[in-house]
Amino acid sequence: MDKKNRKFDTKVQYLKYKVLREVAKHAWETDETERPVDTFSFFDDVAKKIVKDKPTMRCCIYKERAIVAERIKIAMGGDRNNPNVIEVIDIACDECPVGGYDVTEACRGCIAHRCEDVCRMGAITFDSHQKAHIDKSKCVNCGQCAKVCPYGAILEFKRPCERACKIGAISRATDTSSAAAHIDNDKCISCGACVYMCPFGAISDKSYIVDIINLLKGSENGKKYKVYAVVAPSISSQFTYAKLDQVVTAIKRLGFHSVVEAALGADMVAYKEAQELAEKGFLTSSCCPAFVMYIQKAFPTLNNNISHNLSPMAEIAKFIKEHDENSKIIFIGPCTAKKAEVQLDTVKPYIDYAMTFEELQAIFDSREIEVSELEGTMLDNASYYGRIFARCGGLSDAVAEALKEQGNEDFELSAISCDGIEECKRALMRASKNLLPNNFIEGMACVGGCIGGAGCLTHGEKNKAEVDKYGMLAHEKTITEAIGTFTQMDKSAGKKDKI
Amino acid sequence: MKEVKICVGSSCHLKGSYRIIELAKDYIANNNIGDKVNLGAAFCLGHCTDGVTIKIDDEVICGVSPENFKEIFDEKLLKDLD
Repeated sequence: MDKKNRKFDTKVQYLKYKVLREVAKHAWETDETERPVDTFSFFDDVAKKIVKDKPTMRCCIYKERAIVAERIKIAMGGDRNNPNVIEVIDIACDECPVGGYDVTEACRGCIAHRCEDVCRMGAITFDSHQKAHIDKSKCVNCGQCAKVCPYGAILEFKRPCERACKIGAISRATDTSSAAAHIDNDKCISCGACVYMCPFGAISDKSYIVDIINLLKGSENGKKYKVYAVVAPSISSQFTYAKLDQVVTAIKRLGFHSVVEAALGADMVAYKEAQELAEKGFLTSSCCPAFVMYIQKAFPTLNNNISHNLSPMAEIAKFIKEHDENSKIIFIGPCTAKKAEVQLDTVKPYIDYAMTFEELQAIFDSREIEVSELEGTMLDNASYYGRIFARCGGLSDAVAEALKEQGNEDFELSAISCDGIEECKRALMRASKNLLPNNFIEGMACVGGCIGGAGCLTHGEKNKAEVDKYGMLAHEKTITEAIGTFTQMDKSAGKKDKI
Repeated sequence: MKEVKICVGSSCHLKGSYRIIELAKDYIANNNIGDKVNLGAAFCLGHCTDGVTIKIDDEVICGVSPENFKEIFDEKLLKDLD
């Protein structure tokens, strides 16, 4: 592994990154208008650069190059006819077996036959060598036999993408021509779990980096309009090889006018959400777009209980746009679902594009910016509470703090923090049947919260501690202090409207 | 109409732009010029090392503090409005 590779969890991420970096380089170097002319040679050049003369991933270099070409397409925005920001690369899908539970070679043909005893369907039989077999016509995939086998000889053959998707939105394509993975857009919440888990990198989030780079180029260093970067608080756990203030400098080097913490939007949202909660009595959080989308798609009866607030990203962007009409705003975070959120009619006016930390790293390297060698630039807008939104439980802490600061002592907060869509599903199920004892659901689609997001560079165990540490560094210790400046300005903005 | 922008970027924020906003609001109210002044925020005016920075129309003024606030606003804002 070379130096760059160590920035990522897996080689799949690294491969995706290399394509993004080349696409970014190309976008900086070419004029938008001349792009169509040399598209073919660009695809060809990049494919040859990434796939050299021997195959390392697939059967031959030609298939590898064809897949790289598909990756370039997704890095340049993907299929415009597909509304989903998550896309399957058919030819990259290995069409993994989907056989369910099966006995492997590791079966020793023992005498105990625990598998047989535990199977309530009578699906286990033994051959002349005493080895177990599963009768597929009887098996219901309960998994009990796998649990009791002392050799761990029984395995579940399930596609990693299907295993990752806890809401059942991905499955084997039903048309006979292909056995590749297929995403059901009516169910998919764009959380990116499958993107991160597919061992072949066959599922990807669409990238808008070409549009972002063109926006930066067009600003002529802030002369024509200013481009703001709104960064998610999980950034504190991401660029492990450099300091956060160096990352801020690096972002500005790309041509961004200013870097603003989404955490300040989180402070604003926590404050409003606490008020809304006290008023309505039961609420689900508005921060995680995948969680919100999940409620809308799977639990429509709870629609009215979704907080009416914007997400922290949109809230802070709205504030910036109110004060700088010509501004362009890019969100940088760990999240693939944010790419879907920015396309919503309610959010579109405030945020121009969203990108992930993976993509940011690729753009840094396309400009050969050595982040760890830069001088630092200060970043401080938000409070401790706004910053800990990045990890599970942070939002509930913030809402509790806001209720306290608002002097709303009578209202008793009973929050349930759900981490991962499975936990969200359990809480929502109970809420839909009026069986949930809590009055606030903090829902985050990714396990661990945003620090577990699919667009993260790392998914390390220390990440939660890093986020808390970054929170503690905040100059402002209370939400009211952090948003004081802005509520003041909000009032003046209101006055401005009247004039 | 005068355009007054107060920087609330990280650096100015830490150096006390909140206090300056409060002063500016009071100043505008006390002088009864609310209909002639647009008070707004700016994220970074590019003078991060020079203290709280404000912009009145096209003029950037650095190092604004509660001590010199009145002098600056009298000179740069009120005088032009009279």
